[in-house]
Amino acid sequence: MTAGAPPVISIRGLYKAFGDLEVLQGIDLDVHKAENVVVLGRSGSGKSVLIKLVVALLKPDYGEVVVLGQHVHQLKQKELDALRRRVGFSFQHSALYDSMNVSENLEFPLRMNTSGLSTGEVRDRIQQALEAVGLAQSHKQMPSELSGGQRKRIGIARTLILQPEIMLYDEPTAGLDPVTSGEINELIQQVREKFHTASIIITHDLTCARATGDRVAMLLDGQMLRVGSFDEVFDTQDPRITGFYKYNFTEHP
Amino acid sequence: MDSFAVGVHDGSAFLVRFFVERFSRPFHLRELVKQCYEVGCKSLFLITLTGFITGIVFTKQSRPSLAAFGATSWLPSLITVALVRSLAPLITALICAGKVGSSIGAELGSMKVTEQIEAMEVSAINPFKYLVVTRTTATTLMVPALMLYCCLVGLAGSYLNVHANEAASLPAFLKSGFSTITFRDAFASVTKSVFFGFSIGLIACYKGFNASSGTQGVGRAANAAVVLAMFVVFIEEMLIVQVITWTKP
Repeated sequence: MTAGAPPVISIRGLYKAFGDLEVLQGIDLDVHKAENVVVLGRSGSGKSVLIKLVVALLKPDYGEVVVLGQHVHQLKQKELDALRRRVGFSFQHSALYDSMNVSENLEFPLRMNTSGLSTGEVRDRIQQALEAVGLAQSHKQMPSELSGGQRKRIGIARTLILQPEIMLYDEPTAGLDPVTSGEINELIQQVREKFHTASIIITHDLTCARATGDRVAMLLDGQMLRVGSFDEVFDTQDPRITGFYKYNFTEHP
Repeated sequence: MDSFAVGVHDGSAFLVRFFVERFSRPFHLRELVKQCYEVGCKSLFLITLTGFITGIVFTKQSRPSLAAFGATSWLPSLITVALVRSLAPLITALICAGKVGSSIGAELGSMKVTEQIEAMEVSAINPFKYLVVTRTTATTLMVPALMLYCCLVGLAGSYLNVHANEAASLPAFLKSGFSTITFRDAFASVTKSVFFGFSIGLIACYKGFNASSGTQGVGRAANAAVVLAMFVVFIEEMLIVQVITWTKP
């Protein structure tokens, strides 16, 4: 994290409702360069909505989102596309293109967003991205042949191939066994170290939060209830927060 | 009534967006060629089978009526007129609405509910242009081509039956058949098929692109794509025939 430098993501007074359901009710959050911020919250609390607002997949009712110095929701389509190339988004269910094999999944965004790359350069970039996620031998496999953990890794590799400055992870460990979850947590840290990315990690997995987050933000009832280090956030008697901790870390006698 | 109005509004916006996106770069030619192959080549077997059988069956069923007036020599002209003006465009459109419409509706619906379309958006790829424009253009180009092919195999089926029963030669069959067909007939049929192909592609893409509610939504999108496309094909057939009749010199 670069102290004093402007945040790479700055969210101010963000409101979003779906009909009568007010999901976000005035969110403020800053993320700095090379910083991992974990957003914790219950299912349906609006965590995924928050990162979809960051990449303008959704429009806010009020508030502003500034990413890499640009007001996301005021950009024209071409400017937004240019910004999106600098932001990687790892989906909860990986969202791999199931008609393409692993190699094609990585090649597709690269070919669509860069011109003048030779076949050799494309192959090298794919190889580098696959090596970065530890799946260098998976070129020809179809998404349906991959395990949940492998799909997550390929999803992350697909975003890394465009060399983003910011990564947004939506529930990176959801549905994975503890060992694979640990590997994904490690991968998130490696991505930050290798590519110097700032990240928002959406999760309700406290092990993931503790392993990957420099800061933790607790999203409850549409607001950031507590923001700070993992220990600071959980140093409270608020039952809405202690409930999280007790479920995730059961202490044995 | 409200949902119908919303549907018409959204559908119109989708249509306008198609034309806006169609004529701006990038054109995704490789994907367009791939989709033309998917729509055209992969429907050939079905079109061959149905076109050929239609030719035979229509000839067999028309024979007794013509024989009653001693006019079986008119069979080639009757079959050719029926095939070129109406049967081939309709059969091709209905088969494509069923096969291609459901396939596109399900594919795009599945991509929608598994966030693959959003994944394209966040990768700065325009999913409308890549998925909708290419597929709709492919159906618009391939349905007329399949219609002409359907005419051909339908006539082949008819000829085999006529040859077996009346011992007509191929040149005589073709000469008699095409004596009643004008350029205007062929042009009208191709024009009809262009509209059919466009409607099938656009409706299937619209239903798939707006699918929701998980796997159930995918099924609903595929089903709605087929039902609506077939309905629109019949409405267009009626309107176009009316226009052709009005403008006949």
